Parts: sequence; structure tokens; C-alpha cells
Amino acid sequence: MSAQPLLEIENLQTYFHTDEGTTKAVDDVSFGLKAGRTLGLVGESGSGKSVTSLSVMQLLPEFVSSIEGQSKISFLGKDLVRLPRDEMRALRGNDVAMIFQEPGTALNPVYRVGEQVAEAIRLHHGASKQEALDRTIALFEEVGIPDPSRRIMSYPHEMSGGQKQRVMIAMALSCDPKLLIADEPTTALDVTIQKQILDLLAKLQLERNMGVLFITHDLGVIAEIADEVAVMFRGKLLEYGPVEEIFANPKHGYTRGLLACRPRLEMDWRRLPTVSDFVEVETDDEGTVTISERDEKIAQDDPRYTRGRGRLLHPIAELKELETVHDASKLDELCGDDVHFAEGEPLLEVKGLKVWFPIKKGILRRTVDHVKAVDGISFNVYEGQTLGLVGESGCGKTTTGRAMIRLQEKTEGTVRFRGKDVHELAGDDLKAFRRDVQIIFQDPYGSLNPRMSVGAALREAMEIHGIGSGLEDRNKRAAKLLEEVGLLPEHLTRYPHEFSGGQRQRIGIARALAVEPKLIICDESVSALDVSVQAQVLNLLKDLQEQRGLTYVFISHDLSVVKFISDMMVVMNAGKIMEQGPSDAVYASPKEEYTQRLISAIPDGGLELVKERVAARKKARAEASS
Amino acid sequence: MMDPRAWKRFRANKGATVGAVLVLFVTLVAILGPFLAPHDPTEQFRDTLINDDGTLARPFELAGHLLGSDSTGRDELSRLLHGGAISMLVAYFATALTILIGVVVGVTSGYFGGIVDTLWMRFVDLLLSLPFLLLAIAFKSVISEATLFHLILLLAALSWTRLARVTRAKVMQVRQLEYIQAARALGMTHTRILMKHVLPNVTGPIIVLGTTLVARMIIFESALSFLGLGVDPPQASWGSMLHEGQQLMVDSPHLMLLPATMIVVTVFGFNLLGEGLRDAFDPKD
Repeated sequence: MSAQPLLEIENLQTYFHTDEGTTKAVDDVSFGLKAGRTLGLVGESGSGKSVTSLSVMQLLPEFVSSIEGQSKISFLGKDLVRLPRDEMRALRGNDVAMIFQEPGTALNPVYRVGEQVAEAIRLHHGASKQEALDRTIALFEEVGIPDPSRRIMSYPHEMSGGQKQRVMIAMALSCDPKLLIADEPTTALDVTIQKQILDLLAKLQLERNMGVLFITHDLGVIAEIADEVAVMFRGKLLEYGPVEEIFANPKHGYTRGLLACRPRLEMDWRRLPTVSDFVEVETDDEGTVTISERDEKIAQDDPRYTRGRGRLLHPIAELKELETVHDASKLDELCGDDVHFAEGEPLLEVKGLKVWFPIKKGILRRTVDHVKAVDGISFNVYEGQTLGLVGESGCGKTTTGRAMIRLQEKTEGTVRFRGKDVHELAGDDLKAFRRDVQIIFQDPYGSLNPRMSVGAALREAMEIHGIGSGLEDRNKRAAKLLEEVGLLPEHLTRYPHEFSGGQRQRIGIARALAVEPKLIICDESVSALDVSVQAQVLNLLKDLQEQRGLTYVFISHDLSVVKFISDMMVVMNAGKIMEQGPSDAVYASPKEEYTQRLISAIPDGGLELVKERVAARKKARAEASS
Repeated sequence: MMDPRAWKRFRANKGATVGAVLVLFVTLVAILGPFLAPHDPTEQFRDTLINDDGTLARPFELAGHLLGSDSTGRDELSRLLHGGAISMLVAYFATALTILIGVVVGVTSGYFGGIVDTLWMRFVDLLLSLPFLLLAIAFKSVISEATLFHLILLLAALSWTRLARVTRAKVMQVRQLEYIQAARALGMTHTRILMKHVLPNVTGPIIVLGTTLVARMIIFESALSFLGLGVDPPQASWGSMLHEGQQLMVDSPHLMLLPATMIVVTVFGFNLLGEGLRDAFDPKD
């Protein structure tokens, strides 16, 4: 194998210039990438990882950004920073190709996918129409699109997200690039599809001896794909080395924090460490960031993380009915020793719930069929419990959540809260229900009214339900709520745009708490957050549950998060429940093949798995070169 | 209520500032014009303003009649100032009425959807399919004694559909945002959600469209006056003056050029302001 570096970045400094001053988006970053290797560039939002890749492509926004003097980016011996524009343009899409996070928006919806790939081939190679089409079919075959000669005639909307990403990869490969830059290519996909795409990228790279710069926020994905890892934080490169080194012996506190704060499937922690346990960040007036490490080591059995409320399961009789646990004596083994059982009647009871959406056709808008979003599901939630609702996109979990709190009308079945049918409530009963049950959403940017100050939003919620008396009292309560969710009382007068994503999510939680609910539906409430922020919010939810005796229905696509936070787990697919039971039991011995697939597709990031994969790659590489 | 960032962007936009100054200028002319006018706009000065050979006094020829004579010996400056007041009055009130109808229809249609939406939107389609001129002429023939109020009504009736559609589209977009869902989950009434959570978040496009609507109204009014459907003589509006001036275009071009200039300046000002507001509210577009 050649040891010649394909891409070498030295002292890269990319600055952004705005009215508010200069931001050092990338600050003195150096790393190299060899042919046939994958460099995982990992970092959270604002770390500068995408700006680094845009600097390589010379695709930074003009006028507001600049690459500073000392920076060097050499690719195949050419200095990209100082390369004339036309030469750079020739390089892009020939020697360097790129794939993005959203395959849906990267394809033009009015052209057939085959035409789009063929067009790229003709543009770069001057091939004839027929040659380009033949090559497209071969490429589709290579990226694993079934029945390629027919699929080239499909339009983008006729393909799934995973297939569209395969088309994007085919397009990127069409001119045999030496370097492939993949910017979060699997983030928008379901875990099972993510796994397929990662496997595909690893295979293609080996066959083509490509260098891959893989950008992601997810260390789990890094563990599955990278040979070397570069960890970025606030524009700085904190750590750079072989993947097994980073996972076995992370040197920088931030990396240790990042590794520790991910909920991992095989771990039995009650709380998560957060990155702020490991590093301290200070920004001075000139925008210079200082990162100092804290002396923090976490043992597997650290009491700070292992102690806490145990699992609160359904009554034994009901568990037996669910058939996940046949033998109650095995519960200790499956769920750990700190197990309690709920008593009495369930707080929320879902029975035979169906939500169908009609498909209408023709001038008369006759209903010809139904989309069975939720198709006859039943489960219970007991007071003080967390029930996790997990499944891939389109499985009906969000619709279930909305039907449970009557934001969505049901088609059939019942939802009972404290014995009363939720969909039959009216007047004061409905108002009381609206107070008892709240929802926290996914999108921290869409869940707050941008024209309302934080204080006004919290006061409004109280006002509607007659909590507190008068402005002053409500302000006092609102300030207390903000402190409870880890914000400051002076934040009351601020507007949503002044907060970060994690802070907004805390405000959303405070708003839900303002009416003192009993049950909170968390609909993908941590999915849009960086892992380090996700850990903080998950801890907050757990704390609030203990302090206030809250009941949660936690909806998520991420099985590791659901397993961490939930007592009971419901696995959904195509509108139906695949299986349900205690979270630990479902994870430890999944009954259904679907659940098994879901679990095995999760990029876990365990050290043993990383070592295994690296060894397998080395072997495969040796075989390929001989 | 206005986003402080939007205000900052607006201030930084030079075109918008020019537009705002122009709009302020013509609005002041409209308000103060009738008081500043040196003569009664309907009084005829045949002896002084019409020469013996039948030609009209031109601008800057006579002291006391700065802009000369109109076609029948009335003081052109006074008519221009009074006409401006009427033009702007019609434009502002017609726009306000348009926004009122458009927002009510658009918001209810977009927020409630379903049958409400279908009925409103089919009605809008119906109105849009009728030719504008035909409607205007029919209107005039039904109401023989047309007043300014009728003119405003007609203009609003012809314009609210576009605003309703834009508002509806924006409301539908806002409606699915999670803060509206959260408001519903908190048990708020529809009225409260509409007034406190939906309306404040759709004002941007409405203000922007409203600004350009004022400009359109001035053009509409001119067009109607041009066709003899606007204000009744001897009252003057810029549009009707343009209409009159057109008949004497060759001999006395100022009769047409003066009102035309005022219309162009006003429309230009409102359009600049509208664009500036759009950029300020919605920098992505």
C-alpha cells in the first residue's frame, strides 16, 4: 500500500467575518489522509468539521470567510488554497467528490435518477448518451440498487431515503474520485439503513482504494467506519490518531467526555456523565476559546452514574401476559436487582388504537384506501413510569403520541387517562386533561413562538389553567421553573432566538412543567441535540421525574436512548406493536427478528467491536493488495 | 413586536430608506396638501390662466399660479395637491380594507382547513376568474352615484384575493409548527391561538404585501379614473388628472407629466419600502 498522503492539511485557519466580529471557525487544524483510508472527522455542531471540508472543496461562502495565510491544504501535491478557480473546478467532481446529509434535496425531483447520474458522467467524461447510461447501470449495480436497469428510470420521489443516498454515492463515484468527502451521509437515515450505507462505503473504499473523509457527530458511526479519527471542538483539533487508540485510550478530556456521555446499550447506568464534567470552556471578549481539561476518570461502577431510581415495571401478572418475561424469577437477571412493580390501575391505557388516514382520489375525492399509520395497538402506562416507544421513521410512533393526547383524532379504539376516555372528554374535563398531560417536541427551533419572550410563554401556560395569581406571582413561579431546568431567572425577558438548541429544549420542558402535569409525552425530544447536550437533557428528565413523580412516554427512533431512560419498551413497526416488555428484557433477549435487527444495527462504539473491525479491515486490505 | 434583528437589517438597506423617505413625503403631501393649496381646486381663472389664443398657462409662467393652468383654467398646483390627498386616501383605505378581508379569509382558511378552506378558496378562484375590467364596469353601471367610498369598496373587492392566498399559505406553514401544537396541548382556545400565536408570526409577509398593495391601489385608481370609472369631476385625483392631461398631451404636456411623475414617485417609493421590509423580515429569500 502506498504511504503517500492523499490529502494533507496543515495549520488550516478558516475565519468568518460578520458584523459582530471575526469567528475562528477552524483554528489551526492539521491532519492527513492516505489513499484507501477513512478519516473520521468528529465533532458537535459548531465544531468546524463541515467548514473544514468546505475549505478543502474551496466552497466556502465568498466575502464573509477567509482562509488565513499560514494554511496549507495539499491534495495530490497541489495546494488547493492557492489553486486557480478553473483548476479547482476541474478537480471538484473529478478527483474529489462529495455526498451530503439530505439525499432528498440533493437530487432534482423532475429528472429520472438515471438521467442525473448519466449527465454527470457525460459532463466529466464526454461519453456518448448510451455509454453514460451503461455506466450508470453498472454504478447502480455497484452501489447495491436492485434491478438497476429499471431503477434508472425512477424519479427521486419513488425511491426511499436509503436508495436516494445510494444514487448520490453512485453519482459521486461516477468519475472515479480519489477522495470522497461524506458529510453526515447517514444522519438522516434509519439505523438499519445507516448500517447498510456504512457497509457499502467500506466495501467501495476497499475496492477502489479511495480516501474517505467521513464527517459525523456520532462516535458510534466513527467506530463502524473510520481508520483514523480527528476530534474537533470549537474550531480546534483536540485529538488525532488511529481509531482503536482513540477508543481504547482517549487522551483529551473532551474525547473522554464524548465517549462517556453516549447512552450505550450494554451499559446499565442510571445517569449519564456530561462533557462539562471533563472540560471547561472559556471564551474571552476577542472570541478566543480556551479549553481546559478536568481531571476526571469514570469507572464502570462509578456510584455517581450507577446509583439512582431503578426500574418501575408493570405488575407481574401483566408482564406475564406480555410474554416477554415468562419466568418472573429471571427478572433480576434481565433487569438488574433494583426493580419495582407498579400497583393499581394504569394511568394511561391504550386499547386497540387505530389511526387511519384516508387516501382520496378523483374529482369526487372518494376514499380509495387508507394509510394505516397506527393499526390496532394496546399498551398501558403506570404512574411514575417511563414507557419508551421505539421504531423507525414511519412506524407510527409519533401519530400514536399525538392520538394519546388528542392532538390527532383516532379512527378506532380507546385511550383512557385515569379511566376516562380521552377522545370523549369535553368542557372542564378536557381542560383538566390538557393540564395533566403535556408534550415536549423534537425541534428546539420550532417549538417556541419566536415572538414571545420566555417569560410570556411560561406565564401564558399558567394563565390558561389559573395557576398562580397575577403577574408577579407567575413571574416568580416562572423564574423558579427556569432554575429547575438549569437556566437563569434573568432569561425570562429574553426571546427564543437568543438561546442555543439545548437551552431551547430546556425552555420547552419548563413550559410543559408550568402547568404541573402528571404525564409528559417526549416526542423525539433529544433527537435533534448534540450528544453532549442530549446527555444533559436526559439527566434533567430523570431528575425531574424523581422530584415530581412524573410519568413519561418517551418516543424515539434511538433504541439506546430509549433503553437508557425507559422502564418499559414498546417496539413498533408499520403501525403495529412488534413486542413490548421491560426495556432491559427486550434488549437482553429480543423475541422478534425485527427487534434483533434494530439492536444489531445500532452503531455501538464498544472497544472490542472497534478492535475486531480494524483487524478485519487490515486483513481485507492485505488480501486486496496481494 | 418587530424583531430587533429585522429592524437592524431594514436600517442597513439604503433602498428601503429611500423608499421610506419617499413614502413619508407623498403621505405628508396628501395630508397637508389641501391646506397648502393656494386656491380652490375647482375655481376657474379663465381670464388669467387661459391666453387669448386659447393656449394654457405653463408652469413657472405666472406668479401665484406656480404650475400653470389645467385644461379648463383651474390652478394646476392646487389640483395636484388636492388630487394627491384623494389618491392617497383611496389607496390607504382600500389597502386597509383589503388587508382586513384578506387576513380574515386567509387565516380562517389556513388554520381550520377542511370545508372552511375549500369554500373560501373556491370563492377566491371564482373571483379571480372574472375579468377585472368587466367587474369594474358592471359595478359602475349598478351604482350610478358612485362616491369615494364605493371606489374604495371596489378596489378592495378586486384585490383581497391575492392577500388571502398569501396569508393562507403562510398560516398553513405556521400551523404545523410545534409551538402551535404545544399551544393546543396546553388547552388554548382557537381564538387565543390565532390571535397570540398564529397572527404575530404571519405579519411579516402581510406588511410586505400591504406596502406594495398601496402602490397597486394608486395605479388601479389611476386606471379606473382613466376609464372614467374613478372619482367624479370636478373632483381631482392624480389618476383623473392623468386622464384629462392625456387629451392635451401635445400642446400642454405638463398636464400629463405632473400627475404621472407623482404617481411614479409614489409607486416607486412604496415598492422600495416593500422590498426593504421583505428583506428585513425574511432575509432568506
